[in-house]
Amino acid sequence: MSFRKLSLGLAAATMLAGMALPAFAQDSIYVPLFTYRTGPFAGSGTPIADGMHDYLRMLNERDGGIGGVKLVLEECETGYDTKKGVECYEAVKGKNPVIVNPWSTGITLPLIPRASVDKIPILSMAYGLSASARGDIFPWVFNPPATYWDGLSMIVRYIGEKEGGLDKLKGKKIGFLHLDASFGKEPIPLLQELSKELGFEVALYPVAAQDMQNQSSQWLSARRDRPDYMIMWGWGSMNGAAVKEAVRSGYPIDKFYSVWWPGEDDARAGGAGAKGFKMLNWHAVGANFPAIQDIQKHVVDKGLSKAPKDKVGELLYNRGIYNSLLIAEGIAQAQKLTGKKAVTGEDVRRGMENIKLDPARLKELGLEGFTDQLVLSCSDHNGHRAAFMQEWDGAKWVKISNPIEPMTDRVKGQLDAAAKDYAEKNAGWPKRTEACDKAS
Amino acid sequence: MDILYKVFIEPFVFMGEAPDLLIQTLWEGLVSGVLYALIALGFVLIFKASGVFNFAQGIMVVFAALILVGLYEKGVPAFLALILAALAMLVLAVVVERVVLRPLVNQPDIILFMATFGLTYLLIGFGELIFGGSPREMITDALLLPQGTTEINALGGSIRIQHLDIAAAVIASLMIGLLAVFFSKTRIGRALRAVADSHKAALSVGISLNQIWVIVWFAAGLVALVAGIMWGARSGVSFSLQIIALKALPVLILGGFTSIPGAIIGGLIIGVGEKLGEFYWGPLVGGGIETWLAYVIALLFLLYRPQGLFGEKIIERI
Repeated sequence: MSFRKLSLGLAAATMLAGMALPAFAQDSIYVPLFTYRTGPFAGSGTPIADGMHDYLRMLNERDGGIGGVKLVLEECETGYDTKKGVECYEAVKGKNPVIVNPWSTGITLPLIPRASVDKIPILSMAYGLSASARGDIFPWVFNPPATYWDGLSMIVRYIGEKEGGLDKLKGKKIGFLHLDASFGKEPIPLLQELSKELGFEVALYPVAAQDMQNQSSQWLSARRDRPDYMIMWGWGSMNGAAVKEAVRSGYPIDKFYSVWWPGEDDARAGGAGAKGFKMLNWHAVGANFPAIQDIQKHVVDKGLSKAPKDKVGELLYNRGIYNSLLIAEGIAQAQKLTGKKAVTGEDVRRGMENIKLDPARLKELGLEGFTDQLVLSCSDHNGHRAAFMQEWDGAKWVKISNPIEPMTDRVKGQLDAAAKDYAEKNAGWPKRTEACDKAS
Repeated sequence: MDILYKVFIEPFVFMGEAPDLLIQTLWEGLVSGVLYALIALGFVLIFKASGVFNFAQGIMVVFAALILVGLYEKGVPAFLALILAALAMLVLAVVVERVVLRPLVNQPDIILFMATFGLTYLLIGFGELIFGGSPREMITDALLLPQGTTEINALGGSIRIQHLDIAAAVIASLMIGLLAVFFSKTRIGRALRAVADSHKAALSVGISLNQIWVIVWFAAGLVALVAGIMWGARSGVSFSLQIIALKALPVLILGGFTSIPGAIIGGLIIGVGEKLGEFYWGPLVGGGIETWLAYVIALLFLLYRPQGLFGEKIIERI
């Protein structure tokens, strides 16, 4: 190849590469949204993607962005596939994202070591690696408002209270139906620890991703083992199929509990028999909040949303809103701390450590009563907030408990040990060098 | 010794101690097996006629069910939607024959196999574009499929039989029977068998390959529609159903790629085998063995009958 041809080729390649990267103006903030609207997990991923997008889009339409700076939103379809998720990350990292939200524990795990290198904070909201709540060891990862371990301890606490005290769990059997993936396995170490401590027996029922809609074996096994309670860690079409199978197999549905991921469609799948199915949650369902009304007005009514109108305000849609609320608050705090308008990933990491969503701030944001307060700090990237139990009444979710606090005394030791273990196993895990802000 | 006891003695002791659970497991296995057989049948039909392993059979199950549910949601009466969904499968068969098969005639089988890969991803994308990715509920009531459960107190426990499962078994058996009669007693059926034996010989006696391909793809589409309705009624209609369809692979290995009775017997063996395995031996390794056990069963059979239970023995002279 001649030098001239080589030079021309290189010039063309450089030009094409330049064209492939959208030019983000200095006065804009780039927020990639990792979503999955396709594949076996789309049932859960779609409403969350809609909620995430619509809240941030509303801020653009209503307020001109955050602090007067427009947000550039771009979805990347991961299909809940770790490989595709990492590809998404690689595709967006050159565009100066201020935060990345993987929406998959499987995708989160390989991104954790990259975050500190690339200076991009990771928001794994109530999923991901529980131990990443430790801000001193994982300064670039945030997983508020509660970890999976908190969630599990809340369900065990609730069941214990139903039985008349945690000591009454001795001799009971708890079934754990989980997606056979990083996400579903995450709380198992704590469950086994709690079983030793409290004297209950654990029966594990893994569900492979390819058998999410073919769970009759797991429920047959539950008939054999006769667990007093079933706890589910499911996602996508696994949740609806599990509720259906629970009803089919005659398992007492009021003894069937889930972590915070099923939506209305999952409960509806069980028909009338699903009445009594319970799950944890930490935010409101419904559209009766000024901010969500603004989403209706500025986004949905103008045809800027992909969400069907009747899905606005449903549980997983509001979960997406909560996720974007954290992103927006992280950006707003970063602007406040740095005095800059167009903040960077490093700034937003600081902003996230200074999130203080108290009732006054939630009211200011048009979300009064939407959720409990959340305060993050330099050392605590999670908040370990309480959640409440809600029950499916056949048509909608009904809140049936006061806030349930996680068993911090039991979880903390495990969490600290897991964080230390992670740092040791990943040779050369960097010591935190990022300074803490005074406020955090 | 303890492990030997747990593998070879304990499961059988438990079967004797709780015969109700054994019957329940066998029943669940049979129902799953019939549904696996139905999916496998779709593969067999196309393989017999064209020698192509149709990787798209799984997505055809989802696609057919989504068309049915989607039309119903648009206000089309259930049975009209059923007919329209069947017609859509006919259209798909014609399009596949014209656009995919005809241009690739005389190409190696692997090329046609890869073409069905392409078709799979095309149908996934097309389906998600039209229907979205969210799971839907099968219109069980509107199709007058029975609901409810009969609980039989017997054998010292209870056996729960879902009416829907009985319907699934009956409808799938009828469908299989009808197809068997169609392909063994009718002119088209004989033509199909001729095509399966030799494309060139069939062509020489005036059988239209193109017509046969449309017919078998349509038949496979109808089988996919029935399978989609039954699986959808059991666990919802979503794109993850297409993964279940891959369970037909061990069924085909076991039963043979060219045998309709093989698909049926293979389906039942895999269905019952995986449920028994998961239920009685799964706990020994922490559960979750169902996913790969089907392949182990199929491979064990392969050791003794490489052509499958009913597959044709291929003798190639060198």
